[in-house]
Amino acid sequence: MNAVIRVEDLTRYYGDHLAVDHIDFEVAGGEIFGFLGPNGAGKTTTQRMLTGILPPSAGSAYVLEHNMVRDPLGAKEHIGVVPEVANPYIELSGWQNLIFAGELYVLPRPELRSRAEQLLEQFDLWERRDTRARAYSKGMKQRLMLAMALIHRPQVLFLDEPTGGLDVASRRLIHSRVQELARSGTAVFYTTHNIEEANMLCDRVAIIQDGQLAAINTPEALKATFSGSQAVEVAFEGPMDPASLEAIAAVNRVEKHGDKFHLYTDSPGQVVSAVVDIARSEATRIVSVNTLGPSLEEVFVRLTEPGGGSQ
Amino acid sequence: MMAAARRAWTIAKKDIRIYYLRGPVIIFGVLFPAFLFMAFAWGRGLPARDLVPGLIAMALFFTSSATTPAVMPFETRTRTLERLLVAPITVPTLICGDVLAAVLFGVVFSLLPTAFAVGIIGAPLNHPAFLIAGILLSALCFAILGSLFSLPPTDNPSSIMTISNLVRLPLIFISGIFVPIAHMASWMQFVALLSPLTYTTEIIRAAFGERVIVSPWLCLVVLAGFTVVLWVITITAHRRNMPKRLVG
Ligand SMILES: Nc1ncnc2c1ncn2[C@@H]1O[C@H](COP(=O)(O)OP(=O)(O)O)[C@@H](O)[C@H]1O
Ligand SMILES: [Mg+2]
Repeated sequence: MNAVIRVEDLTRYYGDHLAVDHIDFEVAGGEIFGFLGPNGAGKTTTQRMLTGILPPSAGSAYVLEHNMVRDPLGAKEHIGVVPEVANPYIELSGWQNLIFAGELYVLPRPELRSRAEQLLEQFDLWERRDTRARAYSKGMKQRLMLAMALIHRPQVLFLDEPTGGLDVASRRLIHSRVQELARSGTAVFYTTHNIEEANMLCDRVAIIQDGQLAAINTPEALKATFSGSQAVEVAFEGPMDPASLEAIAAVNRVEKHGDKFHLYTDSPGQVVSAVVDIARSEATRIVSVNTLGPSLEEVFVRLTEPGGGSQ
Repeated sequence: MMAAARRAWTIAKKDIRIYYLRGPVIIFGVLFPAFLFMAFAWGRGLPARDLVPGLIAMALFFTSSATTPAVMPFETRTRTLERLLVAPITVPTLICGDVLAAVLFGVVFSLLPTAFAVGIIGAPLNHPAFLIAGILLSALCFAILGSLFSLPPTDNPSSIMTISNLVRLPLIFISGIFVPIAHMASWMQFVALLSPLTYTTEIIRAAFGERVIVSPWLCLVVLAGFTVVLWVITITAHRRNMPKRLVG
């Protein structure tokens, strides 16, 4: 793997409090790497160390082969960052904020202007470009922050809970831009506490809890480690005796949820064909069948619950 | 090096837009020194010409050290600082930008009373080169002094402004603004020589042909010395405190 982010034994104390506890991972170019954990898990602390603004207590972080303690400037030229709580200058317009950001990267003027125009269009801010950011909604401010982070076409993008508390339209816009960027080769370090977001957006997910990495893998592989909790959800037209469903050999357990049954199993395929047989023999019709994979939420809960430990 | 200079200028332009080009700041920059000066000096019935060097020195001192204390706590509070720190900019470059804006502000607002003095009152400007050099170097020194006040990593600009005023106000009374140090008792002169502002008033008095006890060249050397020492302290301490400004 050609790692663009390499983290070795990274550790951070605040006083006696161990906020990030000897973590290791790598992120490749073009990858959306989800950094998932509950509040206080150490996500922001990690991102700050990775972006060279907070010195680690031990261990090291390399971004694009630059050590973030010894040579942060070398990396900062090529990374884009949206911190967790950060604002544009509300006294400046969207346009002025973008030009300001671009000048910090010493972009040539004509290139900067055309790039700023392009980003304002992409983030749906063009119409409001000359309005002071003071008048922007939270979603508009966040879209502006993202545009500012992209002004110099960074190779690596760090986002700390970028969609927290945003309206649906801004959230979707940010998701689709992030996906496009990853497709064109940008590595994205995506911090979130939203499991569904990590599941849907990320190529790999690291789960962090109390400063420790509980697991790192693709969302599907994480779910597969809990394959015992797959289920088939089925609804019948007429009444159905749960006992006949429990009688199916491959079914471990049956739960009734409203007009639907959840049949827990290790082999959903076998269960579906058995259910079809039962419907036929009892002369009823199946209204709907779904297979329910274990959700990332279950994985998350199991990994992060006290005593759950790393699997 | 060139890139760092351009980044510092970018920071300075931002500061000017956001912190300097506002009605209250400009009005305060003009009126506050003028009022203080009138209250303390005109009240004693001194001739207008004698007041000129003190007025220029005071305007310079107040305007160039006015805003640098507030920028860091303000940007900590508005959560714009972290965005700056993730850009390819070092702490010295960042402070340099803040200082540059303050120097420009101080120079512009000390040229106003200078123009008033020379053009309207007809004060004799015998050595313009000393005046210009003194103003530039003093503005730099006071802007850095201002930045030094903002070292505590707080997000409350008003507590920093309190610290700043606690230092700045006494300085104007010991630095030969109202009474030239040449006319002071010798123990007062000794106290005055500890203040960088004294060398500003002395060089400006010399530029206007008044009697001084510190030569203009020595004033420039001492101001340069203060500037270097204050710069080293402010950079070192800001660098150390910067991670403490990353909040919540
Ligand atoms: N500046 C700080 N000083 C002291 N403790 C801190 C500081 N920042 C974070 N912490 C603590 O470190 C832990 C991790 O915080 P953080 O990295 O912000 O977590 P997350 O971003 O996952 O919510 C938390 O327990 C938090 O209270
Ligand atoms: Mg956080």
